Amino acid sequence: MSILFFALIALIGLGFFSYNVWKIRYNINLGLPTDRSGQIGKRLKTMILVAFGQQKMFSRPIPALLHLCLYVAFVITQVELFEIFADGLTGEHRLFSSGLGGFYTFAISFIEILSVAAFFATIIFLARRNLLKLPRLNMKEMIGWPTKDANLILIFELILLACIFTMNGADEVLFQRGESHASMGTGDSFGFSVSSFLGPLLFDGLSTGNLHIVERIGWWGHLFMVLGFLNYLPYSKHFHILLAFPNTYYSNLEKKGKFNNMPSVTQEVKLMMDPNADPYATAPETTPPSRFGAKDVTDLSWKNLMDAYTCTECGRCTSSCPANITGKLLSPRKIMMDTRDRLAEVGESKRKNGIDHEDGKSLLGDYITEEELWACTSCNACVDECPVNIDPLSIIIDLRRFLVMEESKIPNELAGMLTNIENNGAPWQFSQNDRLNWANEE
Amino acid sequence: MNLHVPTMAEMKAKGENPEILFWVGCSGSFDDRAKKITKAVVKILNSCKVSFAVLGTEESCSGDPAKRAGNEFTYQMQAMMNIEVLNGYDVKKIVTACPHCFNTLKNEYPELGGDYEVVHHTQLIQDLINTGKLVLENSQSFKGKKITFHDPCYLGRANDVYEAPRKLIEKLDAELVEMKRCKSKGLCCGAGGAQMFKEAEKGNKEINIERTEDAIETAAEIIATGCPFCNTMMTDGIKNAEKEGQVKVLDVAELIANAAEL
Repeated sequence: MSILFFALIALIGLGFFSYNVWKIRYNINLGLPTDRSGQIGKRLKTMILVAFGQQKMFSRPIPALLHLCLYVAFVITQVELFEIFADGLTGEHRLFSSGLGGFYTFAISFIEILSVAAFFATIIFLARRNLLKLPRLNMKEMIGWPTKDANLILIFELILLACIFTMNGADEVLFQRGESHASMGTGDSFGFSVSSFLGPLLFDGLSTGNLHIVERIGWWGHLFMVLGFLNYLPYSKHFHILLAFPNTYYSNLEKKGKFNNMPSVTQEVKLMMDPNADPYATAPETTPPSRFGAKDVTDLSWKNLMDAYTCTECGRCTSSCPANITGKLLSPRKIMMDTRDRLAEVGESKRKNGIDHEDGKSLLGDYITEEELWACTSCNACVDECPVNIDPLSIIIDLRRFLVMEESKIPNELAGMLTNIENNGAPWQFSQNDRLNWANEE
Repeated sequence: MNLHVPTMAEMKAKGENPEILFWVGCSGSFDDRAKKITKAVVKILNSCKVSFAVLGTEESCSGDPAKRAGNEFTYQMQAMMNIEVLNGYDVKKIVTACPHCFNTLKNEYPELGGDYEVVHHTQLIQDLINTGKLVLENSQSFKGKKITFHDPCYLGRANDVYEAPRKLIEKLDAELVEMKRCKSKGLCCGAGGAQMFKEAEKGNKEINIERTEDAIETAAEIIATGCPFCNTMMTDGIKNAEKEGQVKVLDVAELIANAAEL
């Protein structure tokens, strides 16, 4: 009975999660193609250093260490999760313990120590957000859902950890009384590093019957939290725990200063400069109708869109942005959050109303304003800072391109600068013939 | 000292082809402050007898500000015209004192048919010193002086060139002091992305003032840069702080030319 119930819960949990992951995949695939194939060795190396190794986190050591506690605990705890699934599907209790023997005690002990570290790290994270009110975690774009989301994730983690210790602690007391269902022989204690002390401290006063109930609450609680958390991920910034890996794998491996040359423009410019081109020729039919630059998320590349779903809103980009530091409206983090929110909206509407459906809104204008875009100095600080190699700058430039090339919306001074370049080959009004005058001036 | 500035056209007329093209850039050609940097570079090239030439009146904007401002058309028009000129002279190697030109020529021209070895002037000068062509012996000009280096975004973060300018400052026997935000964490001067040509958006501070404060904090007597735009922004910042008497903003090429008594 309980096996069947377990299987049903697990199936629903995993099924719903898969459906939501499919939706995100669908959304990311709404982006334009960009080539991130090849150089597999270099890509793997980047992923291992930046995602697995968290290399870029360590430019800020305190949050990096706290985050490392959570990260390692999260990864290692999956071992215990395997056992919960194995137990759940077989009806056994602590299935791995008999086969692994001493190593089992070591593994669970290790998990427990990491879990304690993770517990305190989570408390400190909550304090940084809510008591210390760290500036980068309390900016304008964080008001409302983003702050709730961040706190919910941390609270989920605390409950999850509490379930682990409830489960192991109650089982420890049961084992001491010779009443545990675990097939670990008999003895004074399981010998787990934390719960062998914490268990008796918390649960010694309970009757054996109640202990069995408490142990099951911990066990099922853990399972429900894991499945609940898993299904929460696609709705949350916390999805970064999954996308950090592919996102760093598909990193831009070129120099950061290199902006892409738009091939559609190259084609036009070549035609303009070709003295043999027929100005009255009809456009070749193979030319796809395309926009210059980006107005909406579907004009961005799939990598830009994957970036958006990978962002966990840590705000390192914004806290290093020269425009933001000096009080301008631009926040690279908001650019990423807007892109994700708009993409979720577009994806939902396209799935509902068909792929060609337009809802009359767009990323540019409805989410991101011109003032934000024109504040960017293209300095690449945000790109350099991002611990998961997100590139907000390429979105900013693509939106600028649309403003300038499709809508001729550009600050007056820049319009003048462009005219100068076109007329006399310099951003200022100097004649090209005077370009060498400096050589003869004193 | 008379500057010797041959043009590519003159060289070609004589049937010669210089080893390096010195790409002067718009600032270096027209901006009064940047012209001094251009001359310092030429003095160094002359004194080391480097075979070089400039395009002179055949040079045109690299297109960087147009591209960063979002006008890919103007950028590609400029790029393709320049590439035609450069390829016409069979240019193989380019040096420039402007990180914006450097980045565009180096990274963005190849796809449009312009493939050259492009170096920043600090890299070339470092090379000249390493190969013994430029000697800074017993130079007293900057001995023991505190110098801080402001990383131009398009040299540093954009192209990972952090060492060449610093090595040069060390060669001066000066004390290199770093700002709290330096190298890959360096703060922009505020001029990139075509900001040089417009007023900043509404905020509570100018970026160049924020950055100049970083520099003043180091108590350096000289702020060294490797970019004509950064030079302008930092100079303005120093003026704003009323520190013109105490702090000078100089390009690394000017420091070297001065130390070598050129």
